[in-house]
Amino acid sequence: MAVKEEQQFKELMAKGTSLGKVDEDIMRETIRTQDYWINMGPQHPSTHGVLRLILSLQGERIVDTEVVIGYLHRGTEKLAEARTYHQIIPLTDRLDYLASPAMNFGYVLAVEKLMEIEVPERAEYIRVMMAELARISSHLLWLATHALDIGAMTVFLYCFREREMVLDLFEMATGGRLITSYYRIGGVAHDLPDGFLDKVKEFCEIFPKRVQDYDDLLYANRIWLSRTVNVAKISAEKGLALGLSGPSIRGSGVNWDLRRANPYSVYDKLDFEVAVFDGCDVYARYLVRRKEMLESCKIVKQCAEYLEKTSGPVMAKVPKVLKPPVGEVYMATEAPKGELAYYIVSDGSQRPYRLKIRTPSFANLIALPEMVKGHLVADVIAAIGSIDIVLGEVDR
Amino acid sequence: MWHDLGLALLRIVIVFAVALFFVAYLTYLERKIIGHMQVRMGPMRVGPHGLLQPIADGLKLFFKEDIVPTEAYRLTFYFAPILCLVCALVLFAIIPVDKNFMITRLNIGLLYVLSIASVGVMGIILAGWSSGSKYSLLGGLRSAAQMFSYEIFLGFSLIGPLMIAGSLDLVKIVEAQKVPLIVYQPVAFVIYLIAALGEINRVPFDLPEAESELVAGFHTEYSGMKFAYFFLAEYANMLIVSAIATIVFLAGWKGPVLPGWLWFLIKMSIFVFFFIWVRATFPRYRYDQFMGIGWKIMLPLVLANIVVTGIVMMLV
Repeated sequence: MAVKEEQQFKELMAKGTSLGKVDEDIMRETIRTQDYWINMGPQHPSTHGVLRLILSLQGERIVDTEVVIGYLHRGTEKLAEARTYHQIIPLTDRLDYLASPAMNFGYVLAVEKLMEIEVPERAEYIRVMMAELARISSHLLWLATHALDIGAMTVFLYCFREREMVLDLFEMATGGRLITSYYRIGGVAHDLPDGFLDKVKEFCEIFPKRVQDYDDLLYANRIWLSRTVNVAKISAEKGLALGLSGPSIRGSGVNWDLRRANPYSVYDKLDFEVAVFDGCDVYARYLVRRKEMLESCKIVKQCAEYLEKTSGPVMAKVPKVLKPPVGEVYMATEAPKGELAYYIVSDGSQRPYRLKIRTPSFANLIALPEMVKGHLVADVIAAIGSIDIVLGEVDR
Repeated sequence: MWHDLGLALLRIVIVFAVALFFVAYLTYLERKIIGHMQVRMGPMRVGPHGLLQPIADGLKLFFKEDIVPTEAYRLTFYFAPILCLVCALVLFAIIPVDKNFMITRLNIGLLYVLSIASVGVMGIILAGWSSGSKYSLLGGLRSAAQMFSYEIFLGFSLIGPLMIAGSLDLVKIVEAQKVPLIVYQPVAFVIYLIAALGEINRVPFDLPEAESELVAGFHTEYSGMKFAYFFLAEYANMLIVSAIATIVFLAGWKGPVLPGWLWFLIKMSIFVFFFIWVRATFPRYRYDQFMGIGWKIMLPLVLANIVVTGIVMMLV
């Protein structure tokens, strides 16, 4: 860039200006072009945590974006190496703290796969139900903040109202609202409390009606459409090449949902649709998540119906001290934000030799500079919202 | 002569006291109304139903430390909020609340309103420029473009009604309306409302202070009383555009049974409520889209409105 500008400057000097020949030193002092860059974050109201972006601007148009991360790095992967397999569960909670059950889920499944533990079916249904409730809560928070970023303030509070209901459910079952640590290797910590399923069913009744409320404010709102349609587009090929997953890639028309593509737990026994839209833009991603919330609600309902009818153990027979066989395992699950995978290398001891976590937000964030190139500053906000990142997950 | 002066002073005191009271309680009203629209309570802690909240807020801002960024141009930095507030408040001088109740009667009242309003924009530009911060600068530039262009539509939308009323004097405009002008000038009315939203920086056109993009726009670096000045100016402007809408389109103080000033307040509150309601409902337009709406849709419409009004007046 600088070389090119220097060249332009030289040409300008050679041509002379309307004032005739001007002293070069004076020109250098007074007239010069400069890249205008703006630092967005880590303290910025709509970077969803501590994301820092360095935007190069031409006027208000984005020329280049540099994503700076690491402000929330806690060394989860390294910490895991010094902990026993059960002690790692609370660490996973803190990855995507907005959907901690889903984070637990991937981890316990990975260890179970490594140790070939047979989990009771009731426990599996409870886990799926919790994970789907977490998906609803995560998507609600996404819709709330995304809408707030675009200026729709009321949606924010409506979504928080329903999220509160989900968090209350978590509190009732696990004691924790955000960081639940409810899953165990081989099942769940304890069975659901009395009356829980009634509350869940009540929520499933109310929730679709509330989604209608959000739709009234956003779905066909002209301003919402003009802010989201054709904004931050990313093609399916580009998205796949960059490793996008979850709602972000399903918004580009790729039918890839691990719950269907590579069913784990009891997902193959449940009836739900995968939300796919091919708009490739912010609006398509909004539609995907909107539909996913409703589909998750269906899954939760089915799980609740199953759990009402059955009873039984919620924990497999698992030794107190876990010593998985020497070997390695890779387990990918569909977390609310996308494909969450745990890769565990075991050396036969009580602690994993290595725990690698493939988090969806990290991979999705890489697509951000690609999405916003040539757009306006305001669109960066919409784009960040549309890939739904959580910095705890990005930095690990 | 002393008698007249005393009377004038009394009027000034009453009008400004009432205006400032309304401005302060407008913030409370907005928080309450939006709160209830968003299934929450709004301020509840200070006084019964949070009624003393504006006073508490004012006190808090008054006792805050006076911070000036190192990069800022001190003089302009101090001057900008004052300019904003003064420009907003002097407009109250000519608002005829009732047939005989106003501080002063100007025969070019409406022109005065429009011109002072444009000076007010200068305050925002100066604030953005003198803060020495990029976010403020972007916010200031945005408002420069936005408010200047929307002033044009605001002005043009008032021309139609003016042609019918035949005067710039606010009192005469009201007196000329046997039927509220909204009946004859619905297009101008709608455009006035939209332009007013742009002019007073409110959702969906609150781009200069789009908090999610520009943190707080032109007043990012302002705190304490200086911030309070901007805040008050903004709400005062909201009252002013509502008052002008009442006068020009809804026949000001005219109405049956109730006294004039009450009619005026009722009509004005309708607009104020509308502005608050809009904020609770809509997302924000993007800057370029917003300018597009202004220049590509509203300007032709408002010009057509003037032409049609002229033709109809000639024929009738």
